[in-house]
Amino acid sequence: MSEFFGSPHALLVLVLAGFLPNEIWRMAGLWFGAGVDEGSEVLVWVRAVATAILAGVIAQILVQPPGALAGVPDWLRYGAVAAGFAVFMLTRRSIFAGVVSGEIILLAGKWWLG
Amino acid sequence: MSSVASTVLTLVLFATYLGIGALAHDSHFSLGWVLGSTLLVWAGPAQIILISTLGSGATAVQAAIAVTVSAIRLFPMVVSVLPLMKTPKTRRRHLVLATHFIAVTLWVECYRLLPKVPRERRIAFTHGLGCGLVTVCMIATTLGYVLAAKLPPLFAAAILLLTPLAFLLSTARNCKQISDVLALVLGLALFPLVSMLDTGVDILISGVTAGSIAYGVHWWRERARA
Repeated sequence: MSEFFGSPHALLVLVLAGFLPNEIWRMAGLWFGAGVDEGSEVLVWVRAVATAILAGVIAQILVQPPGALAGVPDWLRYGAVAAGFAVFMLTRRSIFAGVVSGEIILLAGKWWLG
Repeated sequence: MSSVASTVLTLVLFATYLGIGALAHDSHFSLGWVLGSTLLVWAGPAQIILISTLGSGATAVQAAIAVTVSAIRLFPMVVSVLPLMKTPKTRRRHLVLATHFIAVTLWVECYRLLPKVPRERRIAFTHGLGCGLVTVCMIATTLGYVLAAKLPPLFAAAILLLTPLAFLLSTARNCKQISDVLALVLGLALFPLVSMLDTGVDILISGVTAGSIAYGVHWWRERARA
């Protein structure tokens, strides 16, 4: 079992840095939500910051890729994502079409490079 | 259960969690750990932030701060969706589990599906939908983890690319205002610059800066209009 879950320390980090930070905001919504205006300016800022943090994470995975993705040349990673985004826009925002095209470009490019 | 199977978003969610499983494997986390994160955290972006910050050497405190800030967006989601489930007889404790299940996919699906469900059965429906989605995602996480370990590097790279692709496109689709679009574009552009500083909280610095600039532009445009 210990091999499956890893060290107790890692699980503690999961609870403290992963579970609690999310659950706090959900429960805050449950307890104090009644008085908050959904269209308020604070929430516009919250959404903008949350979006930008997520954008930063996307950029991090592309710029400093983990594991097997690091074996793909920079231009091919960026090109595949750009192609996926272009198809997404052309297909009236179909996430499915965008993801599939990006993946095909990556696989075809890597295969072509050998 | 048929509601779980029928959503297009489930497919995107499946792809996302395949990516999370693969990312966890390549960042040297255990399978039990990443499954625990799917069950307990139940928020794709937060899991990606947690795995990629811890995986790139950040401390638990730095990771916790980044996750806490990114998770604030759950608050307005909970606030807006809970009134759909309430009846005059509903107690707060009846909503705790349903509240835990709220993340972006369930939030969108609640708006789409709950109006078709009789009000007194909506909490039970949300529990069913939530359990179904968590189960699907735990399977996807396991599959992604195992595939990243077993597949040749070409396909392992393809699974890892699912995460940035799926998140970029689903975030782009959720953009409602100019501030959202700007936050996305600036956030992408600013991170590579800030990461050169190598502060350990690069994500946080670039995110708060880009988000605040985006909000500033929104505020300035609103004022110009008024």
